[in-house]
Amino acid sequence: MAMTSTEKILARAAGLDEVHAGQLIMADLDLVLGNDITSPVAIEEFARFGLDRVFDKDKVALVPDHFAPNKDIKAATQCKCVRTFARRMDITNYFEVGEMGVEHALLPEKGLVTAGDVVIGADSHTCTYGALGAFSTGVGSTDMAAGMATGKAWFKVPSALKFNLTGSFRKYVSGKDLILHIIGMIGVDGALYMTMEFDGPGVASLTMDDRFTVCNMAIEAGGKNGIFPVDEKTLAYLKEAGAREPRIFTSDPDAVYEKVYDIDLSTIESTVAFPHLPENTHVIGECGDVVIDQVVIGSCTNGRLSDLEQAADILRGRHVAKGVRCLVIPATQKVYRDAMKEGLFDIFLDAGCVISTPTCGPCLGGYMGILAEGERCVSTTNRNFVGRMGHVKSEVYLASPAVAAASAVAGRIADPAGLE
Amino acid sequence: MKARGRVFRYYDNVDTDVIIPARYLNTSSASELAQHCMEDIDKDFVSRVKKGDIIVAGANFGCGSSREHAPLAIKESGIGCVIATTFARIFYRNAINIGLPILECPEASRAIEACDEVEVDFDTGLIRDITKNLEFKAEPFPPFMQAIIAEGGLVDYLKKEATK
Repeated sequence: MAMTSTEKILARAAGLDEVHAGQLIMADLDLVLGNDITSPVAIEEFARFGLDRVFDKDKVALVPDHFAPNKDIKAATQCKCVRTFARRMDITNYFEVGEMGVEHALLPEKGLVTAGDVVIGADSHTCTYGALGAFSTGVGSTDMAAGMATGKAWFKVPSALKFNLTGSFRKYVSGKDLILHIIGMIGVDGALYMTMEFDGPGVASLTMDDRFTVCNMAIEAGGKNGIFPVDEKTLAYLKEAGAREPRIFTSDPDAVYEKVYDIDLSTIESTVAFPHLPENTHVIGECGDVVIDQVVIGSCTNGRLSDLEQAADILRGRHVAKGVRCLVIPATQKVYRDAMKEGLFDIFLDAGCVISTPTCGPCLGGYMGILAEGERCVSTTNRNFVGRMGHVKSEVYLASPAVAAASAVAGRIADPAGLE
Repeated sequence: MKARGRVFRYYDNVDTDVIIPARYLNTSSASELAQHCMEDIDKDFVSRVKKGDIIVAGANFGCGSSREHAPLAIKESGIGCVIATTFARIFYRNAINIGLPILECPEASRAIEACDEVEVDFDTGLIRDITKNLEFKAEPFPPFMQAIIAEGGLVDYLKKEATK
């Protein structure tokens, strides 16, 4: 019987010839990930197994990135817990401040995920690696603990939605606009428990960074995973990152989907998600006059080099509006260095932006850019829930790097095309 | 196993950021987390909740972050069961893995109101609204998940499996 690429990957990992939607399976894991928020709970649970080592010290990645560099004493204690565990278990892929980056930008960059992998991470945005043709999904701390102990996780094989992409983006439009458009169309539970599979001739025109952004936000539609087919761009990315040999799985032409959506990329406009749900989307021309206090450009969604390049293109020769704070957060040390080498830092500094070391900080209202009561932020992050970036009466508007940069300049939500 | 208590009523898309805001995630102490449970959408929850009380919500309960601190905070606050139209998938896994009883039942989720007295029988999936004298039947868990719950969570389940 025909299978989707996700079903083929899961069948491979479960040691079965075929699996189908709804089936409960036990799958072998290629990587188990945790951060400084979720790992301490997992480490406590792991202790209950009474083991003195993890299933494979090369297949566990620990990244203190949320409240790191340590934001306060309690956060420091949590990071210390992760560090101590990593040393005790001799974890190969523990990334200390100075090496670390935002986990979902860092792991692909370090070549730790390859096509055909099954990855779980105790972070909901683990679905990002579907851009590489892997099955990857977010879980909680107990699943992470069980994964570290046994190298396995149980899954219910997901049914799938297919997004058939054609055409290519117009100027200033990017992967963020596409995924916000989709979430606006199907809703925050439109893909609940399902695979979001992206396919079609339009895929070729998407950069790897676009694909990471799109898969990253599959969870914002309730999806279990997002996945792209593997093409030349994927293989080139994996090769440069030094990833393991890819295992390429392609969906059968007669694979079964719950629904197929046809999307012409050339019709996608710059899109903004208004508070307090990612599905509250408006195209840029219909945003009205929204005066802002802060802009954040970064995160696992949009903190990669091409994201910073798009922001810099807008900010070059311009200045952030008086009274607006603009935070630029390169997602990894490599992105930081590459952006600096390209001269992007001069552009950001001349424009009046602040440039931070990699951290998830402001995205989840942790630190480094918390909003006061009544403040509004345009952010390239992924969630705009009540209180997400600070005060319960603050507001987050989700947008692309280009819209965020244009809004920083204008002091209100702005169309990058309108600045010309 | 049964739960019986008064209902706290919420609606669609209750996210894990409002169940337990990230500003409190610099600890994993369940008792500390429970002191802030639901505070961003219901500041009276913590002072009013009693052991055995029940949360009834709409679609996509627990959407957003994978933080297991969310079901932990709910469980620690004394809530005996969460009934919703649907649960977000990571929350669903987490709740089963830590032994917080949850039930998907769209009919119950539509009919039950705040402060109703409700009794839930987890073995049969029967939900009784005592205040309104109504009964609902929730979908039972697949046997695999029932086994995890019966063992008190994923870790104990796997430990037992390993000795087989």
